Amino acid sequence: MTTAKRAILLAPLVDRNPITLHVLGICSALAVTKSVTTALVMSVAVTVVLVLSNTLISAIRGFIAHSVRLIVQITIIASLVIVVDQLLQAYAYEESKQLSVFVGLIVTNCIVLGRAESFAMNRPPLESALDGLGNGLGYSLVLIAVGSVRELFGTGSLLGVQVLPLASEGGWYEPMRLMSNAPSAFFLIAALIWGMRSALPDQAEPREADSPTEKAQR
Amino acid sequence: MVERRANGGVWRRFVSVPNDRLPKALTVVGFVCFVCSLLVATSSVLLRPRQLANRAAERARLIGEILGDVPGLEELTQGLGSIRIETRLVDLESGGFVEGGEPGAFDARTAAEDPARSRAVPPERDLADLGRVAREAIVHIVFDGERVQLVILPVYGQGFVSTIYGYLALDGDLNTIRALVFYEHAETPGLGSMIEDRRWLAQWRGKLVRDAQGEVRIGVAPGPVAAGTPGAVHAVDGLTGATYTAEGVTSLLRFWLGEDGFGPFVKRLATNGGDG
Repeated sequence: MTTAKRAILLAPLVDRNPITLHVLGICSALAVTKSVTTALVMSVAVTVVLVLSNTLISAIRGFIAHSVRLIVQITIIASLVIVVDQLLQAYAYEESKQLSVFVGLIVTNCIVLGRAESFAMNRPPLESALDGLGNGLGYSLVLIAVGSVRELFGTGSLLGVQVLPLASEGGWYEPMRLMSNAPSAFFLIAALIWGMRSALPDQAEPREADSPTEKAQR
Repeated sequence: MVERRANGGVWRRFVSVPNDRLPKALTVVGFVCFVCSLLVATSSVLLRPRQLANRAAERARLIGEILGDVPGLEELTQGLGSIRIETRLVDLESGGFVEGGEPGAFDARTAAEDPARSRAVPPERDLADLGRVAREAIVHIVFDGERVQLVILPVYGQGFVSTIYGYLALDGDLNTIRALVFYEHAETPGLGSMIEDRRWLAQWRGKLVRDAQGEVRIGVAPGPVAAGTPGAVHAVDGLTGATYTAEGVTSLLRFWLGEDGFGPFVKRLATNGGDG
């Protein structure tokens, strides 16, 4: 793999992570990170959709009329999502039950349309596939990290295996109920974004406007 | 153009037309839609049998769980063979069995959406917020000889944020609850989802559906239930932080045990026994 292609694949993992840098795909990151299993299945589903939609859209990008390009992109993405949803219901029934509506909502995951519009529409299929894979893995990294923390502290288990013995079952660990609820994902992702932007100042967004008080002082 | 036609053929001519020209845009969009619909239709048709099998396996597992709860059932089945389990289709309005019905092919959710096979529930009696319900339902009956040992009824209704699906098992007297399980819902994790908690569900065992006057009284109490208080035989402890979900459970039980639900069936079974 050439350096350029490797960069396309690896950049979205940390440097240009869709969740922490672009703050995209937050809704599903909040909803499906209660346990590692659901986070994993969701990660796979999103990554598959991203790779395929990027590849297909890139392959026909030379034929799409500019004025209807978003509709064409969404049509392709929505079809892929339906197929993935059907596959999960057939082959991963338990997990698909837990993910419920969130598989269908991959359509509205801004990462997918965002990569289609900003990358796949301008680059050849192979590069687009790598970009989709990279972004899918970047999304997965955050999901699995948040999912691990939430499952460990929320229920004392990881991937369904009891790691911390629960107080209610004779052990010592009192689960943090907050971790089982969606707000905890808000806090965790916010802390992650803050941490990354402190460690890598390049990722911080430029200030959009001065605050009124600073303006007044000037 | 003439030159191109000579050596390029239709494809190159097509490529050379600007993408925004209407006929080409329509062709491309039409092609994308066709391929996408083909993809979706194929996956849906090919995977459907597997999905239905998954759902059926889930239901069978739950019924197995309830049956496993019946003491001595297994030995009896192995021993005398007097225990038999029948799966029957019931007409809810009359309360009788549907003769020649195919319980295996019946799906309550599809039936409830089909105007020909469902009926509207009058709003003032629509406790479980269902709108429409199927005219028929599947019940499982466990017989010991000719005596009804256990009746398993499917129940569902609106909870706080989702529809809750479950099974209710009644003893042969058709008034004592043997078990209650829920297998599908999307209630708030940690709060409403406590309706799946085994310890909570175990409380239902032995509770009485109706009082001496025949009124359906079963339900979730607003708080803990103290044994011996009036009404304790009809109530289980409330769920902290899940008032609406608990109310949903009460409503769905009262609906399905009432006149619009399995009321007529239960009455008929109690008087006629297994003949329906």
